[in-house]
Amino acid sequence: MTLAPETMTDLKVQLRLGDADDTDDGWFTVCDLSLLLPGRGVAALLPDGRQAAIFRDRAGILYAIDNRDPFGGAAVLSRGLTGTHQGRPYVASPLLKQRFDLESGRCLDDETVAVTAYEVRTAA
Amino acid sequence: MTATDGATPTIVLVGHGMVGQRFLEALAARGLTAAHRVVVLCEEPRPAYDRVALTSYFSGKTPEDLSMTDMAFIEKEGIELHIGDPAETIDREARRVTARSGLVVDYDVLVLATGSYPFVPPVPNKDAEGCFVYRTIEDLLAIEEYASTRTTGAVVGGGLLGLEAAGALKGLGLTSHIVEFAPRLMPVQVDDGGGAALLRTIEDMGLAVHTGVGTQEIVVGEDGAVTGMKLSDGSELATDLVVFSAGVRPRDQLARDCGLSVGERGGIAVDEQCRTVSDPHVFAIGECALASDGRVYGLVAPGYEQAETAAAAIAADEAEQLTFTGADLSTKLKLLGVDVASFGDAHGVTEDSLDVVYSDSRSGLYKKLVIGRDGTLLGGILVGDAEAYGTLKAFTGSVPPVSPESLVLPAGAGESVQLGPTSLPDDAIICSCNNVRKGTIRGAVTEHNCTTVPEVKKCTKAGTTCGSCVKVLGQLVTAELEASGVEVDKGLCGCFSQTREELYEIVLALRLNTYQDLLDRYGRDHAKGGDGCDICKPAVASIIASLAPVIGASVHVLDGEQAALQETNDHFLANLQKNGSYSVVPRIPGGEITPEGLIVIGEIARDFGLYTKITGGQRIDMFGARVEQLPLIWTRLVDAGFESGHAYGKSLRTVKSCVGQTWCRYGVQDSVRMAIDLELRYRGLRSPHKLKSAVSGCARECAEAQSKDFGIIATSGGWNLYVGGNGGATPRHADLLAQDLNDAELIRLIDRFLMFYIRTADRLERTSTWLERIPGGLDHVRDVVVEDSLGICEELESLMTAHVAHYRDEWADTINDPEKLARFVSFVNAPDTPDPVVGFVPERDQIKPDLPLLSIGLRPAADVLEGSAQR
Repeated sequence: MTLAPETMTDLKVQLRLGDADDTDDGWFTVCDLSLLLPGRGVAALLPDGRQAAIFRDRAGILYAIDNRDPFGGAAVLSRGLTGTHQGRPYVASPLLKQRFDLESGRCLDDETVAVTAYEVRTAA
Repeated sequence: MTATDGATPTIVLVGHGMVGQRFLEALAARGLTAAHRVVVLCEEPRPAYDRVALTSYFSGKTPEDLSMTDMAFIEKEGIELHIGDPAETIDREARRVTARSGLVVDYDVLVLATGSYPFVPPVPNKDAEGCFVYRTIEDLLAIEEYASTRTTGAVVGGGLLGLEAAGALKGLGLTSHIVEFAPRLMPVQVDDGGGAALLRTIEDMGLAVHTGVGTQEIVVGEDGAVTGMKLSDGSELATDLVVFSAGVRPRDQLARDCGLSVGERGGIAVDEQCRTVSDPHVFAIGECALASDGRVYGLVAPGYEQAETAAAAIAADEAEQLTFTGADLSTKLKLLGVDVASFGDAHGVTEDSLDVVYSDSRSGLYKKLVIGRDGTLLGGILVGDAEAYGTLKAFTGSVPPVSPESLVLPAGAGESVQLGPTSLPDDAIICSCNNVRKGTIRGAVTEHNCTTVPEVKKCTKAGTTCGSCVKVLGQLVTAELEASGVEVDKGLCGCFSQTREELYEIVLALRLNTYQDLLDRYGRDHAKGGDGCDICKPAVASIIASLAPVIGASVHVLDGEQAALQETNDHFLANLQKNGSYSVVPRIPGGEITPEGLIVIGEIARDFGLYTKITGGQRIDMFGARVEQLPLIWTRLVDAGFESGHAYGKSLRTVKSCVGQTWCRYGVQDSVRMAIDLELRYRGLRSPHKLKSAVSGCARECAEAQSKDFGIIATSGGWNLYVGGNGGATPRHADLLAQDLNDAELIRLIDRFLMFYIRTADRLERTSTWLERIPGGLDHVRDVVVEDSLGICEELESLMTAHVAHYRDEWADTINDPEKLARFVSFVNAPDTPDPVVGFVPERDQIKPDLPLLSIGLRPAADVLEGSAQR
């Protein structure tokens, strides 16, 4: 039996931003889910000018953290490689390879450093 | 010690070289910096730096890289460091030092660490313009500047530093001569046999060696600048500059001036505590001191020992009364790429000692061991292959567990054995710079839970000075971990227990063409079904790309699953720069380009406002492109006939060439045509690391082929193929693989060599380290690719044929694929908005990244980087 691939064109990726005023319950719609390649990230421009890096893992789970690499300053975390370290998902910065936990935003290679992590969901 | 005027007692250190810095560290370790005012007077315009590694300046190290002074340490310990302000007079009566700036400091303890000065033979015109010495960073800067407009250089002195200086001159592009008064090179360290092996290798590198002749006069032109040298055999040598490297002398003038006793041939006389024999308030350490055994030590390790000794004496800590009564003069160096080592009684001066010698001057090998009557290893000399140095030196003074002959025979020859450091006794000294014994290193693993070499280095200080013992350290750590039951995991990463080579074999044999398939079937249990990691993804992506045509994978690295495995550079087919912008390098095969091609590149760079720079690989790099500009730039480049240069990939970069026979008066083959043929043949070939190549049209080697992964040098009879060369941080001269090949033979051999490398190398292992790592080394590779000893050459060739047949330009394919193009945006939700963090400011009529825009808050600590590089 062949399973029809899930149609995702109508599913949207949404981020929860702190501020609920000008968005729908604080959820900000970023893009179609189909634009996220498993194992890769994309960058999104947020209403206040910040940037988020959004990732999708092999199991289809979504993660979002701040896009700026706090070590080098460039907004490039969305372009890093993802992986699993001790059961937790991470992205390695493409600049100097420090790893960031995708759920908490904490840097795995320097406990004093962390980036913002965002709640993320799909919505029809 | 009595304090002056009831104030804090003061220690004044005169000289801030390597030994001076070690002395400060020794003071701090004993808590003396807290209880004393410490004042340092340093003549050079920069604080202590690694003088031993001075020459590495010419291979790309900056003066900052060489620095040994941690300013945070100086500050934390409250040390008053005066740079560029040498001590000028010492009044021992008043215990007062006056510096050049007029600074006056009263001392309770004075420590002289003034080092040495280069000896310049008193020949006429020795101070003419174009005469230099080789001692400080400032000397090197001056030589570099002067040499930039000159063609020939000569070094007076064929010792250790002289050879380094000659190598540096050659590296600056000068025709280089070495003039040595003794009948052989490195007369102090090696004997006649070793000198002969060394001579041959050094002459093969294109340096002219004149031994057994002295310099009688420096010849100058009308403008007063050097034009040549008159030698003692009546000949004259034309040269534009002269570097004197004829030994050093202790710098003891300051001591003489204040009446301290000095030796007949110089050196401030000190006792076993390094206290001057004339004045209990004054110490002397390092190269300016004449030790109690009547010798002046010109090596850093004894200097360090003296620094510790003096600090201990000042601390007057009875429990730790160190003495310095003499030191080991063992040395191991890589001079111009040649290993040279001597240790213990290298010249066999011990009564009744016997020599065991292995000599092969054809390959520049010479190994001698000096053995006592009872079989004790007393010392030795190694030229050309000093692999065994660490082990042999540690065995010195004991009877080795195997016969001495077997220790010097080359690997694979009859009786040779590889005597591992595991057979050493615990009290054997492994790191002589820091005096660390084997037992201490084992303890670091067993008691302090160190599991890696960097950890052991941090814990024991072993291997942190000259680095020559790091290899032995690695073997000891591995052996100790294995012995304590820790299984040393040779797997690629946390996801795979196989090495890269094993994964390659699996992918090829089973025709696996996806990463997920490989991970789910062959990954470690906990990794199966998971997301993998940033180590194995690009490594497996590279294997799949190398084998794509034969395993049925797409040949485009951004197709399907492959897109998710690539590092950011491969993912955007461009090179990520520090502010998030990218650089673009179109392929310019062999460095040959039409004026029209240059104009197109110039127009594109101008229209997009890019910064342009000529690369070392004879092409043009355009910096400052935003992600969304890349497809626009490449549409124009592809229209003009350019294709990807793969500057972003672990793949073939360029094949450099000189202009060759077509134009050059010296050329013997058409090097440009060959370079173009090779570059077009191997373009796009994914490999464990980047691949560089070059073709020189004659033995003058203007294309620098011997510094490449595969380099070709024309001969009148065809082509010589060199492999395993490297520039960069650890330069290595390539080894000659085969000679006088015709075109077809050359290409067939390179096909086999590259495919064998791609098949067996570790991840991110350049050909140079691969060649040194794989068992059997160059000989094994030659057996496999020339003699076909494994019977795999047909397969290697067919793999390459498949690569060549299926090559397609990645960028041309990308700009014609809307789905791939959609990824080239800064923001998925605002495709037309550029990344606001990517900004530029002007510099020298071009742009540079606007770094304040990045508002850098944090820099990663060095050990974080080290750790991450090891993962």
